[in-house]
Amino acid sequence: MKSKKPSRRKFLTAGAAVAGAAAGALKPASAEAQGAPAAASAAGAAVGKKDIKELIAYGERSRFVTSLREPAEGRPSPDAFGLTFHVVTPLGESVGSITPSSLHYVAAHRGFYVPEIDPKEHRLMIHGMVDRPLIFTVDEIKRFPSVTRVHFLECIGNRSNARRQTVAQTHGMTSCSEWTGVLLSTLLKECGVQKDASWIVSEGAEEVKGASSVPLGKAMDDCLVAWGQNGEPVRPQQGFPLRLIVPGFEGIYQTKYLRRVKVVDRYYMTYNDYGHLQKDPKVIALTSQIGPKSVITFPGGGHQLNGPGYYEISGLAWSGGGAVKRVDVSTDGGKTWKVAELRTPTYRMAHTRFALPWTWDGKEVDIMSRCTDDLGTVQPTRAQVAKYWGEPLTPQFNVKGADNTIQMWRIKADGSVINANFV
Amino acid sequence: MRTSSDARTSGGIRLTSLALMLIVGVTLSAQSPTYHVGRPPTPDEVKAWDIAISPDGHELPPGHGTAKEGRDLFIEKGCSQCHGRMGEGGKAPTLIVMKGMPTGPGRMPGMDMGIQAPGLMAVSAPFATTMWDYINRGMPLGREGSLKPDEVYSLVAFLLFRNDVIKSEDEVLDAKTLPAIKMPNLSGYTEHPEWKHATPRLVNYP
Repeated sequence: MKSKKPSRRKFLTAGAAVAGAAAGALKPASAEAQGAPAAASAAGAAVGKKDIKELIAYGERSRFVTSLREPAEGRPSPDAFGLTFHVVTPLGESVGSITPSSLHYVAAHRGFYVPEIDPKEHRLMIHGMVDRPLIFTVDEIKRFPSVTRVHFLECIGNRSNARRQTVAQTHGMTSCSEWTGVLLSTLLKECGVQKDASWIVSEGAEEVKGASSVPLGKAMDDCLVAWGQNGEPVRPQQGFPLRLIVPGFEGIYQTKYLRRVKVVDRYYMTYNDYGHLQKDPKVIALTSQIGPKSVITFPGGGHQLNGPGYYEISGLAWSGGGAVKRVDVSTDGGKTWKVAELRTPTYRMAHTRFALPWTWDGKEVDIMSRCTDDLGTVQPTRAQVAKYWGEPLTPQFNVKGADNTIQMWRIKADGSVINANFV
Repeated sequence: MRTSSDARTSGGIRLTSLALMLIVGVTLSAQSPTYHVGRPPTPDEVKAWDIAISPDGHELPPGHGTAKEGRDLFIEKGCSQCHGRMGEGGKAPTLIVMKGMPTGPGRMPGMDMGIQAPGLMAVSAPFATTMWDYINRGMPLGREGSLKPDEVYSLVAFLLFRNDVIKSEDEVLDAKTLPAIKMPNLSGYTEHPEWKHATPRLVNYP
């Protein structure tokens, strides 16, 4: 990976030089460019020729595709110390239900250095309240029966507020991947869980050895020790070579660089657990599992509609409690709702793409989506949540626990789209 | 891969039997190995990695330290470079509660490094073991895991003394005395409710 960086930089520079040379004759990536197909293909061929070897070895996307991750809240990442902080997925340009691994959101409890782990050296130890503590190499983990499942991850910090205007900023700390690994229950049964056990502590191999307590019931239900993500090994930013996937739970439970699982008989209040310190039992109940949630990704905050006419409203829905059962969309500020089409399979604890055909009349309008999961739980509005807590609904009202409230976008008469939750 | 139809079958009566099977699976101690892959770790391997500290402190290593020792270590180990000379006034989160300062969740002085702690750990952690665990695995920045047990005991003692949780600079903290410290925020801590398969988060929550 280290050796790849300079050549990629060279590639980008070369690409920019070609684009610059062609700029007089051609406006790249614009509609007008389609009127000059000969010039466009000539420029493309020049770039392709230069780095054809690299493109064959590990394919790059078109240089005209520009969606990129961005640091959350504008905080530099990596920062001056080289620490990676929260980085959001560009949901405004998302397609289907799988997030490309390169665009998967990244989050860190307090910033971290992405470790370079040799999978040959990496070990996973399972011990504590088990009859047979065991230590595995990565190759040994891969010998167990594997499963492949689609699951979303989401950071508890993924919430809309008045400062966040685009769908990447309000909702970009969720992504969805196809994960391949061994069920944690398979490994735990191999070790023999003892009868008084009630929790596990999972721990990573990075510099801070990030650790979380996970309920044993969840660990035995559907957690994965994943080594595969979207058809290739888990990416370093996502926990290479092994990551614990705790489906439907907030991101901090999804221990990267998994090196240890200790079976214990109580909540440990260890490194990451401290973030869950709560006094109110109702609040703590809202912190682990993500509620049913959805967001319209097009048209969304920051988009610009090119005049009235036909558009397809498109978005993502998910739930930490199960599968998406239905999604309703309102194009009149919540007065009436229409059932959206589900365009991808509805896996449990996974993003589901929904869509609704729609013709915009050119007048200012508020649009929003509402997810119902297969437990029958319905995504609430901010107003409903404020009422539940007996607090006034102001722009400052902060949803306690994981925020799964409805996102409203306002399409103005000029076609611009803004975050209407806080206006 | 599970599909939506799999998901649908796991409701109602099926859910109950699945939950029962799960409980039986968890409580049965007679799980025998199926695959015989992997090897038992050596006692030294377990000891080297067993760093998550339970509130009862049984993983704490031998060693001891006092606030007096911790005050010097706080500077020697570079803690003061980010947290300020006496644990406040640096660019990293303040570690000392000041008059009128909130100690609960929210933005704290010195949070411009982006660290979002739910309040000041030295006074809001319900167990002193959480401080030991955090400092031991996570500090100092860039040299994590380099502190010796005596040093971690001393640094915890220093922060507890500066926050009036322990009263003497000479009080010795070790594997026995540290878990016995009554933290001021013990009552501000609630356990997670029991998690159950395919169950909404909170009854009556919209």
